[in-house]
Amino acid sequence: MAVHTSQSVAKAAGDDVARGRSRGTGNPPPPSRLRRAMSVHWYAWVMVAPVVIVIGVIIGYPLVRGVYLSLTNANERNVARSIGVNELPATYEFVGVDNYVDALTGTQFLGTLGWTLVWTVSCVGITFCLGMGLANILNRRIAGRSAYRMALILPWAIPGFVSVFAWRFLYNEDRGLLNKVLGGAGIDGIPWLNDPTWAKFSVIAVNVWLGVPFMMVALLGGLQSIPSEQYEAAEMDGATAWQRFRHITLPGLRPVSTTVILLSTIWTFNMFPVIFLLTRGGPGEATQILVTQAYKFSFEISPRDFAQSSTWGVLILVLLMLFAMVYRRVLRTQGDNW
Amino acid sequence: MRRGITATALVAALALAATACGSDDESGGSKSSGELSGTVTWWDTSTVGSEDKVFKKIAEGFEKKHPKVDVKYVNVPFGEAQNKFKNAAQAGAGAPDVIRSEVAWTPEFADLGYLAPLDGTSALKDEDDFLEQAAASTEYNGKTYAVPQVIDSMGIFYNKKIFADAGVEVPKNIGDLKTVSKTIKEKTGKTGLYLRGDDAYWFLSFLYGEGGDLVDASSKTVTVDEPEGVKAFKTVKELVDSGAAKTDATDGWENMQSSFKDGKVAMMINGPWAVADTLTGKEFTDKANLGISPVPAGSAGQGAPQGGHNLAVYAGSKNLEASYAFVEYMTSVETQAQTAGELNLLPTRTSAYSKQEAADSEIVQFFKPVVETAVERPWIPETGSLFAPLVTEYTKVLTGQTTPEKAASTTGDSYRKLLEGWK
Repeated sequence: MAVHTSQSVAKAAGDDVARGRSRGTGNPPPPSRLRRAMSVHWYAWVMVAPVVIVIGVIIGYPLVRGVYLSLTNANERNVARSIGVNELPATYEFVGVDNYVDALTGTQFLGTLGWTLVWTVSCVGITFCLGMGLANILNRRIAGRSAYRMALILPWAIPGFVSVFAWRFLYNEDRGLLNKVLGGAGIDGIPWLNDPTWAKFSVIAVNVWLGVPFMMVALLGGLQSIPSEQYEAAEMDGATAWQRFRHITLPGLRPVSTTVILLSTIWTFNMFPVIFLLTRGGPGEATQILVTQAYKFSFEISPRDFAQSSTWGVLILVLLMLFAMVYRRVLRTQGDNW
Repeated sequence: MRRGITATALVAALALAATACGSDDESGGSKSSGELSGTVTWWDTSTVGSEDKVFKKIAEGFEKKHPKVDVKYVNVPFGEAQNKFKNAAQAGAGAPDVIRSEVAWTPEFADLGYLAPLDGTSALKDEDDFLEQAAASTEYNGKTYAVPQVIDSMGIFYNKKIFADAGVEVPKNIGDLKTVSKTIKEKTGKTGLYLRGDDAYWFLSFLYGEGGDLVDASSKTVTVDEPEGVKAFKTVKELVDSGAAKTDATDGWENMQSSFKDGKVAMMINGPWAVADTLTGKEFTDKANLGISPVPAGSAGQGAPQGGHNLAVYAGSKNLEASYAFVEYMTSVETQAQTAGELNLLPTRTSAYSKQEAADSEIVQFFKPVVETAVERPWIPETGSLFAPLVTEYTKVLTGQTTPEKAASTTGDSYRKLLEGWK
């Protein structure tokens, strides 16, 4: 059996030749090709089957189901339930693209999208700049460099919900440390999470705090891969620090920075825990981003609106896919090898 | 099948003695002899740190009466219980046998098919003894789905010392409230009222005080956006804008309790469920310092909402008989008298009020007439759904993101979307 298999694999290597011959004989190509692919590559198929099945179950099924639900009017009252002896059948109906029309023509989705974009752009922008600055500082030979690195990576090492709750205590208007410090300096307390504008500022600040370590570590790695000869040569030619940064550091970091910006944008766009644990989207709906609103539809309002939640979920996916495609295209036109 | 707890215990003891083998260790269900066994998981939602200790003690007392029943007490924070129960019930796994269900949740859970009807079970044995007002929320589609555990309403809690320092009287209406708060601020530098901004339940007494309501179930009309509703939104906005009241959009409960307990604010609107916790505060080591008085009246009179909690049995419980018996025990006259005495909670049984413990509790005696005149909500399945849209607009008004008029009309619109066919 094993011998036979290795022969099949060897034959597969000469696949091009074989395909040409079968076309020449005039057989209808699709069925025979499929059958032959199965018989030739069955071993490979068996090897990948577990992965295909697992991905199908944990990603494919929920995705298909989510898309399907977004085309129905499913909610808590009309989905199938089995409670003890009660078996309640599903009674929801297919409504086509109604949910999408509602979402895209109403003010709620577009309003939330607006703030989500502001949130994403400001978080990624500020995190990137701070991470770049810190990485540059840490890339020099300074005393206690590893201690600084440890301290700066700390926010990354703490579980997200722990740091967010810690921040929530700091932000508390009456009892929080931040307002106590301000009070000591004779400044009136700030309604960190109770005023819409301050709340937006506060959630961005926490997310930046959480995101800087990743940026810093990634960019530090990038910086260390830039050959020091380039800097030495530039210095010999009398380039200023700014010129060295502009013409050596930035281009040298490009492969790293494009990747981290793409990743960070996707993460921030869907950064559920910071918003949810800090403000629950409040006050009112001031800090609600798309994912927290989708969660709200599905878990916080009653009856739970599964259809609308799925619709928002699908729209989020589409938006992020569009973003990734455009981003890649832009990079490719700039000569990056993606 | 059973006459009561003592009878059950007797039968259980006899059965044990008679068979003397005790081979029925299967979990769930009861023996035909009436002996109960298995596990009863109870989700309690009472205030952690004060009420929960007493309820845990009482719940575990059930094991003494039914030694073969294992009571699992779980305290689920009130704010999370509704969602957690729905998740578990819908998934068909992880739901408790018995849940302490807030009055507004009960018809909703029943409508979704999550609750077991209790008619004819031991849980509802003394149906006639329960206050009509408390039992109203337990009925749905002609069946009874829960047993009332406690009933409550709201009043104004005030710090007598601060009032004496400022030389003011307890405010009777909204106008008084503003002047009293102003005087307190001038004389003592403290804020008058703490008004929770993250929970719309705290808005209801202002809405009812203006003669408004969320909906009118008899005529199937949404009423929150009528002029009374707009006026109520204006009232709370003015209270906050003028500095008479302080509010919060996050952690409202903790902030309200701690600033009142530490004497940083002079008044808060709250119910009997907060008494035990409030008395743990340093300002109230002398219990007499806590004053309670009816909520300030709006232009149409006083209007505190009627609330409370029921005990409901999960339809998927594997141990229905024991769960019914547990509910009966937890709502018995003795239990209610005990919680009235220890926690100042209002009983839901007429006969419990004649008990010494209830008669001795000043707070129970204060709230009794308040509850009798409190405003009942319509007990429709959507009652529990009315708060989510309201709280968003309420917080927006308090934080200056929308106008009272806009808030009222937005809330009304979302109610009409929720309640199909309503005006």
